[in-house]
Amino acid sequence: MTNLASGVRLDACGKTFDDGTQALEPIDLEIAAGETVVLLGPSGCGKTTTLRIIAGLEQPDAGGRVWFGAEDVTALPIERRNVGMVFQSYALFPNMSVAGNIGYGLKVRRVEAAARSREVLRLLDMMHLSGMGERRVDQLSGGQRQRVALARALAVRPRVLLLDEPLTALDAKLRESLRIDIDRLLRTLGMTAVYVTHDQAEAMALGDRIAVMSHGRIAQIGTPQDIYYRPATEFVADFIGTMNRLPGQCHDGVLRVAGGSLPLPADGHGADHAMFRPQDGQIVAPGQGDLAGRIAAVFFLGNATRIIVELDDVQSVVVETGERRAFREGDRVGVRVDPGGIMTLRR
Amino acid sequence: MHRGNTRLLLLALPAVVVFAAFWLLPMARLVQVGASGPRGIAAYAAVVTDSNYFASLVATVAVSFAVTVATLVVSAIAGLFLQRNAFPGRGVLVAMLTFPLAFPGVVVGFMVIMLAGRQGLIGNVTDALFGYPVVFAYSMAGLFVGYLYFSIPRVILTVMAAVGKLDPALEEAARSLGATPWQVVRDVVIPGLRPALIASGAICFATSMGAFGTAFTLATNINVLPITIYTEFTNYANFSLAAALSLVLGLITWAALAFARSLAGSTVAAAA
Amino acid sequence: MSARRGPRFVAQLSFTMLVCAFLIVPVVLSVLAGVSVNFFIGVKSGLTLRWVGEVWSLYRDSIFLSMKIAIACLAVTLVLGVPIAYVLARAANRWTRLFEELLVLPVAVPGLATALALILFYGEWRAFRASWTFILVGHVLFTLPFMVRSVVAVMSAIDLRTLEDAAASLGAGFLQRFFGVIIPNARAGILAGALMVVTLSIGEFNITWMLHTPLTKTIPVGLADSYASMRLEIGSAYTIVFFIMIVPLLIAMQWLSAERNPGKAAT
Repeated sequence: MTNLASGVRLDACGKTFDDGTQALEPIDLEIAAGETVVLLGPSGCGKTTTLRIIAGLEQPDAGGRVWFGAEDVTALPIERRNVGMVFQSYALFPNMSVAGNIGYGLKVRRVEAAARSREVLRLLDMMHLSGMGERRVDQLSGGQRQRVALARALAVRPRVLLLDEPLTALDAKLRESLRIDIDRLLRTLGMTAVYVTHDQAEAMALGDRIAVMSHGRIAQIGTPQDIYYRPATEFVADFIGTMNRLPGQCHDGVLRVAGGSLPLPADGHGADHAMFRPQDGQIVAPGQGDLAGRIAAVFFLGNATRIIVELDDVQSVVVETGERRAFREGDRVGVRVDPGGIMTLRR
Repeated sequence: MHRGNTRLLLLALPAVVVFAAFWLLPMARLVQVGASGPRGIAAYAAVVTDSNYFASLVATVAVSFAVTVATLVVSAIAGLFLQRNAFPGRGVLVAMLTFPLAFPGVVVGFMVIMLAGRQGLIGNVTDALFGYPVVFAYSMAGLFVGYLYFSIPRVILTVMAAVGKLDPALEEAARSLGATPWQVVRDVVIPGLRPALIASGAICFATSMGAFGTAFTLATNINVLPITIYTEFTNYANFSLAAALSLVLGLITWAALAFARSLAGSTVAAAA
Repeated sequence: MSARRGPRFVAQLSFTMLVCAFLIVPVVLSVLAGVSVNFFIGVKSGLTLRWVGEVWSLYRDSIFLSMKIAIACLAVTLVLGVPIAYVLARAANRWTRLFEELLVLPVAVPGLATALALILFYGEWRAFRASWTFILVGHVLFTLPFMVRSVVAVMSAIDLRTLEDAAASLGAGFLQRFFGVIIPNARAGILAGALMVVTLSIGEFNITWMLHTPLTKTIPVGLADSYASMRLEIGSAYTIVFFIMIVPLLIAMQWLSAERNPGKAAT
């Protein structure tokens, strides 16, 4: 398959709807050819609006420009942008068979029937749908519909593949396996892809980079590791996984907090807080470790045990461990924090 | 977005133009003609100020109201029964009950004549039994029977749909609390059906008020408003009064249907 | 369903059958009258198609005219109704809601009012007044809301906007989307609306009676005429002709609605 993937650039693309609500503040975003960028955030954060601006389903407010490679596509309607789009509801055409759906984009492009059906067969094969071409779409399972939607979007050899929460409608197990399929597909095809989701695990697994969005703004954009270990804002820190965040006073690179003190990382000197992930904490004997407290609650999760440790009346931290020990509520304990896991918000 | 709006406007244009040219403009003329007679604008009040027209209005409202009540009672019983019971022949019964749906008013009138006219079934039977034929097709009673004939199929279908949407758990809950079948109907089923009954009742009322074909077939001297309007227009060429009366009548039926729709939001099926 | 076939069941069944008899007996009687030599004497006077033959010679034109008007009415309501239904389903705002309300008015107000308005406004235009298209206008006004509502209902039930976005994302222009995606997916509503329009047009009397001329008589107008001035057998035979025309339409409508709501028992 020839690689027609092009990079995407948004220049100051904002969106204000007719009723005056601003869904998106003017944002800049650059996506390299062949890169997968995940737009991650809670509902109403502007991620779908951003995707629809790239698609051409929404026009950015005056001043905003959309570039595909070196071409300014701002004025092009979606049907002339040559994108592939996978919708949350899949939007399969009920009046067409599976093959009819997959071949629709080629038919619209007046690809002659023989070439079209060859291409459809190839895609059916690639998506593990061989032999299902003549089925009606309402005879398919959720996972099969999802794959048809993907095949339909890929059939037109899009410059950019746009995926709007494509796995949300599926159950957890199926989501996991399709996530792996999509990941492999994006890598092997070298697609430029923009993927919208509110599921952080999906974002971590699929994104070359993740743009965390909140209130119509990009709060942070970076690799999954960046986002996870070096959150730029409180919102990002809280939205991705569980984060312990303790306020305190800094003295010589050490932060005094409720129940003890924590060494600050070199780039965080002078900070008024420290943060660490639950798996970077460890329950130790009382009197040892960095923090002292009392076990308030214990939840066995199967693959780990989550322990809530009360440091004082207001502050508590969450620790997650794979240790097979018994933890008892009410016990006084110490918490040791891996110094490499301690971080502060970048400023 | 802008391009999309222009397209929607273009698609709407044919229907809007046709509707404006053939309904809105003529209706505006009708309103104007209604006020242009010797009575002037007071023509619109004639239906209450003039004793003849007022009698006609009262008769129309009375027969429509009576038909509505009778239809609701009959249809509620039959509709509830048909939706709640499975028995051989049920499909045939439902099909027969819905067959007259497509009859225009004139045909309904003829059905009444078949039942209660001079050569009708009731006349023949009573003649054989009592020695004299009972004939009531060509009167207000015949009109009542005709509107009943027209309305029952519609309302039965509405009742059946509404019964199908009732949550059976409510009735089971009432029975689990010890309610008798009659108490279940009174306390759970009827309240659950109330919106559908009121809405279809309003439709039934509006349809009976405005129906013309049935009355026209039975007798042109039955004193109901549509016949009065027709007579004013054709026999006396009293255009302005016919216009005014038909607008007042239209206002009444429209209000009744708007009321029904605000309750049910369903398709208004009024064809007389 | 548990059926306790007690006296309550019997009473309700009897009542329902009585209602059914009220509706069907006159139909049967009129069919019998239409094929009896003399209805006053009864079926024992013999069966005949003479009355049907007389109807054919007397009212043949009305049957053809009704068919012509019904087909023309269907064509016009399709051309006007499907696009406006699309607009109403796509853009729900104050103006579209207002127009939807207005559109229903010719059904909500008595046909007499609509007919009077048309006569007062266009009556002076002799050629139009005397032509069958004058009746067609009345039928279009009366049936258009049924077409529109039927199509809007189906279009609102599917996620039209997303389907259209999907087609556009694959490169389809508006006309390709409209005829390739929108119309095929609304066809159940269009078909139901079409059957409704034809049935209503064939049976329309209230407006037609006022608009017709001696040369433009439709079936219901002819029926009223035969009931008033012909012997009962001819009126009955004419009614049979009317039944024969609407029964296939009714069956098609029932079949279609069964198709669209397959038995709830299946779940």
